[in-house]
Amino acid sequence: MLIAAAVLFLLLRLLPGDPANALVSVGADPEQIEAARRQVGSDLPIAAQFVRYLGQLGRFDLGASFVSGVPVLQEIGRRLTLTLPLTALAFTCAILFAVPLGILAAVKRDRWYGTVISVISQLGVAIPVFWIGILLVTAFAVKLRLFPSGGFPTSGWRDPLTALHQLALPILTIALVMSASLIRYVRSATLDVIGSDYLRTARALGADYGEALIRHGIRNGAVPVISILGIELASTLLGAVVVERVFSLPGLGSMLLSGIEQRDYPSVQGVLFISTLLVLLVGFAADLVQRLIDPRLRGPSGDRS
Amino acid sequence: MTDATPALAPATSTRVTPAFLVGATLVGLHVVVGLLTLIWTPYDPTAMTGGRLAPPSLAHWAGTDRLGRDLFTEIMVGARIALSVGIGAVAIASAIGVTVGLLAAFASRTVDDVLAATLDILIAFPTLLLAMLIVAASDGASLGTAILAIGIASSSIVARLTRILARRVLAMDYITAARVSGTGWLGIVRIHVLPNIWPTLIVNFALQFGLAVIAEASLSYLGLGAPPPNASWGRLLQEAQATVYTAPFGAVAPGIALVSLVIGLNLFADGLRDVADPTRRRR
Repeated sequence: MLIAAAVLFLLLRLLPGDPANALVSVGADPEQIEAARRQVGSDLPIAAQFVRYLGQLGRFDLGASFVSGVPVLQEIGRRLTLTLPLTALAFTCAILFAVPLGILAAVKRDRWYGTVISVISQLGVAIPVFWIGILLVTAFAVKLRLFPSGGFPTSGWRDPLTALHQLALPILTIALVMSASLIRYVRSATLDVIGSDYLRTARALGADYGEALIRHGIRNGAVPVISILGIELASTLLGAVVVERVFSLPGLGSMLLSGIEQRDYPSVQGVLFISTLLVLLVGFAADLVQRLIDPRLRGPSGDRS
Repeated sequence: MTDATPALAPATSTRVTPAFLVGATLVGLHVVVGLLTLIWTPYDPTAMTGGRLAPPSLAHWAGTDRLGRDLFTEIMVGARIALSVGIGAVAIASAIGVTVGLLAAFASRTVDDVLAATLDILIAFPTLLLAMLIVAASDGASLGTAILAIGIASSSIVARLTRILARRVLAMDYITAARVSGTGWLGIVRIHVLPNIWPTLIVNFALQFGLAVIAEASLSYLGLGAPPPNASWGRLLQEAQATVYTAPFGAVAPGIALVSLVIGLNLFADGLRDVADPTRRRR
């Protein structure tokens, strides 16, 4: 975590241009610039800035935006009310799509629809997120006029149905992209299970195919899939930047993008810090779930690679 | 894991799958088109040659954009940009990644631990996000910055792969034998490590190439890629999104070009893996 904070801090200080520029108007005289620099702290040497930054982190104070003056943590909290539900809903949809389809693709790999599922998921991995978004907008917003092409009601979640209706296309976009890669992992995990000795034994002992697969397969197949799920969830949280731009949603990603454009260090640092925290939490949760499922992982951790 | 002995079964290792052929053809097509744009395009890519947002016609196969430029020409030029970004980014990623990976594999345990932890953190961030930060940290968006940013951002993945592969080779008995007989570490890298890990790395480079193409399109979609006169597919799509109500086709055609290249690269990589590493061939 400390390493992550240090890397982020250094990378951001490499940005050319003084953040104080955001505070002063174009024709500002040197005195005003100096005052602005003192206000944002960019007159201090880098090491001093870093110590100050760490001290703030310790108090969970992410500073205030250079541009708007709003405390970063408060702004992030506001935007998370959009990004977290968006990610969670899309994630749920993706699992609902991908798990049955992936298992089907593995079990029925000799049938035409098994092959079709594999080919489509192969295709899905090659399609950039934003293009899927644009295509969905073209189909559902422009042609069918079923869903709006973007935006989010300013009232937020006070009217949940309107909010969900607004978010339908973004959720679908993320869910499609995620399930494309998930299907591949679920499929290969299922194939491993199908080829296993224990499943053959279960069948030999008289369990029918579906029963054996459910009773023995799911638990075994789930372990590798869950670690992938953790990675996917994390990268979706961070990767929401593009989707939020496609549908012009005021989420965490657009805060990051505008922060970068305006050299608003506290905002960028805050967003990255919080998302790193979330990513680590997700990884930790995935680990826990895996241990819950597979008792073999609970022992003392094995040798490193 | 085979050691430095010559390949056992040339008869099977040269087997080429249909998927590989499709992939090679798709990639080849893009390469030919990309090279062609260096000497000839149907129209001047920056000239306004037709009505604005015209639908596809015989004169303009993919219609025209909002300034009346021929979209098909722009898509052709886009292939050249995508390929140059891919080549450049993979070259940078492999130069940094393989070096760091090898150093980590040879380094003392402490250094290796620190490097591995750093790589894990970097990999937890999506390539695109890192690339965005690097572009922001440089003097503004250009084609070169995009290449550099994507290359650096994806080097951590190459480094981790190289480290794992190299460590596996270094655990072999013949490495101990080589060390005992006095071969220096550079010699070990050249004679034993590189030849053994090369096939897997090449396959990974092909996959990275595809990811770099997507990353470049995403960057320029966000306005952080090559600036406007460059007809990057991502920028074409971003511009077309604004006019999607009047000219939906413009939001489709560049995407098809992009996806066909990436699929071609993925199939190519899969086929390459079958040829390079017969032990991993399975359904």
